[in-house]
Amino acid sequence: MTGEQVIFLIVGAVTLIAALMVVTVRDLVHAALWLVATLFGVAIIYTLLNAGFLAVVQVVVYIGAIAILFIFAVMLTRRQAADTGAALNKNWWAGALMAMLAFAGLIFMLQSWSGFQKQAAAIPLGFDAVNQLGSALTSPAGFVLPFEVASVLLLAALVGAVYLAFNKK
Amino acid sequence: MIPLSWFLILAAGLFSIGLFGVLARRNAVAILLGVELMLNAVNINLVAFWRYGDILLMTGQVFAIIVFAVAAAEVAVGLALVISVYRRRSTVVAEELDLLKW
Amino acid sequence: MTFWNDPLKVAADWLTGIFTGWGMPSVGANVLVAFLGVLMLITILMVIDIFLVWIERKVVARFQDRIGPNRVGPFGLIQPFADIIKLMIKEDTTPDSADKVVYNLAPILSMMSVLILWAVVPLAPVMLGVDLNAGALFIIAAGSIGTLSIIMAGWSSNNKFSVIGAFRQVAVMISFEVPMLAVLLIPTILSGSMGMNAIIQSQNIWFIFLSPLAALIFLIAAIAELGRAPFDLAEGESELVSGYNIEYSGMKFGMFYAGELLHAFTFGGFWSIFFFGGYRFFGLELVSPFLAIAIILFKALVGYWVIMWVKYTVMRIRIDQMLAFNWKFLTPVAFVLVMVTALMNTLLRGADSWLFITGMILSNIIVAWVSMEIVRSVSKQERERVEGVQQVAEAHH
Repeated sequence: MTGEQVIFLIVGAVTLIAALMVVTVRDLVHAALWLVATLFGVAIIYTLLNAGFLAVVQVVVYIGAIAILFIFAVMLTRRQAADTGAALNKNWWAGALMAMLAFAGLIFMLQSWSGFQKQAAAIPLGFDAVNQLGSALTSPAGFVLPFEVASVLLLAALVGAVYLAFNKK
Repeated sequence: MIPLSWFLILAAGLFSIGLFGVLARRNAVAILLGVELMLNAVNINLVAFWRYGDILLMTGQVFAIIVFAVAAAEVAVGLALVISVYRRRSTVVAEELDLLKW
Repeated sequence: MTFWNDPLKVAADWLTGIFTGWGMPSVGANVLVAFLGVLMLITILMVIDIFLVWIERKVVARFQDRIGPNRVGPFGLIQPFADIIKLMIKEDTTPDSADKVVYNLAPILSMMSVLILWAVVPLAPVMLGVDLNAGALFIIAAGSIGTLSIIMAGWSSNNKFSVIGAFRQVAVMISFEVPMLAVLLIPTILSGSMGMNAIIQSQNIWFIFLSPLAALIFLIAAIAELGRAPFDLAEGESELVSGYNIEYSGMKFGMFYAGELLHAFTFGGFWSIFFFGGYRFFGLELVSPFLAIAIILFKALVGYWVIMWVKYTVMRIRIDQMLAFNWKFLTPVAFVLVMVTALMNTLLRGADSWLFITGMILSNIIVAWVSMEIVRSVSKQERERVEGVQQVAEAHH
C-alpha cells in the first residue's frame, strides 16, 4: 500500500464519520462544525486529485463563507442556547433505508462499468491546472457562457437573499 | 496509486449520508446541511473524472467551480428563507411548517 | 560554499543521509526531515513572536510618550518572558456552561490559522515551504480558519457578550475579505501568477509604484482582518467587555494575543511581498539566502510598524461605520481598480517601461480622485439632508 493510499483511507474515513455526525448530532452548531471537518476532508481529497486550486477555493468558499453563514443562521433561528427535542423525524428509518438503497444502487451500477478500476494517467510535464482552468473559463471556445450565467445567478441570489431577509419596518 | 473506484465509493457514501440528512432531519437548517454534503459528493466525482479522464479537458474542474457558485447561491437564498420563515412562524422545524397541509 | 547558497537543501540532504544511515527507509527519512523543517520554522516564528510582544509594547510607549518596559533585563528585553511566566501560572478557567471541546479548540485554531500562512511565505529564492500556484488565495483561506476560530470561541463561551463580540468581529472579517481578495488580483494581474515566488520574481519595479492605491486598500483590509484599530472590536472594553475572548484566561488568552501579534507581523510580510518586492533588494538577495531572509524580515517589521502606527494613532469606529465603509466605499473602489488595472495592463503590455509606470500610476490617481469626489458629493448631500431634517424638527418645536 502506498503512502497516498494510506492518506486517502484515513482522510476518507474521517470525512465519512464527520458527515455522519453532521446528520445525526442534535446541537446544530456542532453539526455545522462537523460540516467544517467534512469540508476539510473533501479539500484534502481534492489535493490528492492534484486539484490544489479547487482545494483552496473549497476552504475559502465553503469554510470561510458557507459554514460561517450556517452558524449565523443557527444562532438567529432559535430562542434558547441549546437545541432540545429530537434531531430526527419519526420517519428517519425510511430515510435511512432510502439512503442505503441509493448507496447500494450507485455501487451496483458503478461496478458494472468497465472504467471503475481505472488508474490515473501521469500529469504531462509543465501542465498548469490554474492556467488551463482560467483559459477554459474565459475563452469563447470554452465555458465563458456558463461562467457568465453563474455570475448572474450569484447576483440574483444576492438580491433575493437581501430581499427575503430584510426586516421591513 | 489510488484507483478511481475509491473516490467514487467515497462520493457515493457522502451522497447517501447527505440524502439521509435531507430526509430525516427535522430542522430546516440541518436539511440544508445535508444538501451541502450531497453537493460536495458531486464535486468529488467531477474532479475525480477530470483527473482520471483527459486531463487537458478542464470540463470537470469548470463544473466543480460552477457547483461552488450554485452552492453559495443556494445557501444564501435558503438561509434567508429560513430566517424569513422563523420571523413569521417562530419555528424552523420542517414538520411544523404545515400551512399548506389541510 | 554550497551551504551559503542553499542552506536548507544542504541541511536536508545531510539529515536524510544520517537517517538513512540508521537504516530508515528513504520515504520515512524524507517525511521526518520535512517535519523537522516545519518544527524549525514554527520554533523560529514563536521566538520572533515573543520579541514582537516587546516591540509592540516599546513602540506603543513611544507613540504615547512613555518609556515602556525597561525593568527586566537590558531595555526590558526579558519582559515578554516574565509575561509568559505570568500567563502560565494564572488560573486556567473554563466557564461551567461552556462547550468544553469547542472552547479549548478555538485558541489552537486561532494560532494555527496564523502559522499556516508561513507555509507559502518565500523567505529566500530557494527557501519556501510550498510554491503553491494559488498562493494569494491561500491567505484568504487561512484567514477563514481564523474567522472560524473566533466564532467558535464566542459561541462556546456561552456568554452573550462574547457571542455579540464574535458576531461583530466575524461580520467585519468576512466583509473585508472581499476587497482584500479583489486587491490581491492586482499583483496577480501584474505578475501573471498567483504564486508568491513568481510575484516576487516579477517585481523588477515594486508594485507599490505601479499600484499605490492597491497597496493602500490591502493595508486597510489587512488591518480589518487583523482586528486592530480602527477596527479593533475585540478590544472594545467599554462596549463589549472585550468581545469574543472575554472568558479566556491564562495561556489560552495568551494564544489569542500572540496569534494576533504574529498575524500582524505576517501581514506586514505579505504587504512587503505583494507590493515591496519581498526578499528582493537591488540584487542583495542573490548573495546569500541569509541576506534575503534578513531583507524580508526587515520589510515585514516595517510593515508591522506601519500597522502599529495606524493602531495607536486612529480611534475606533463603530461597527455600522466599518461595514458601510467596506461595502459602500472600499469594495467598489477595489473592483473598479481591478478592472482598470487589467485594462491598462492589456493596453500597455508591449509599451516602454516608463510609459507603463506612468500609465499605471495615472490610472490609480484617477480612480482615487474620482472615488473621493463621489464620496465628497454624497456626504455633502447627506449633510444637507440631515440639516434639513433638523431644521424641520426645530420648526415644529
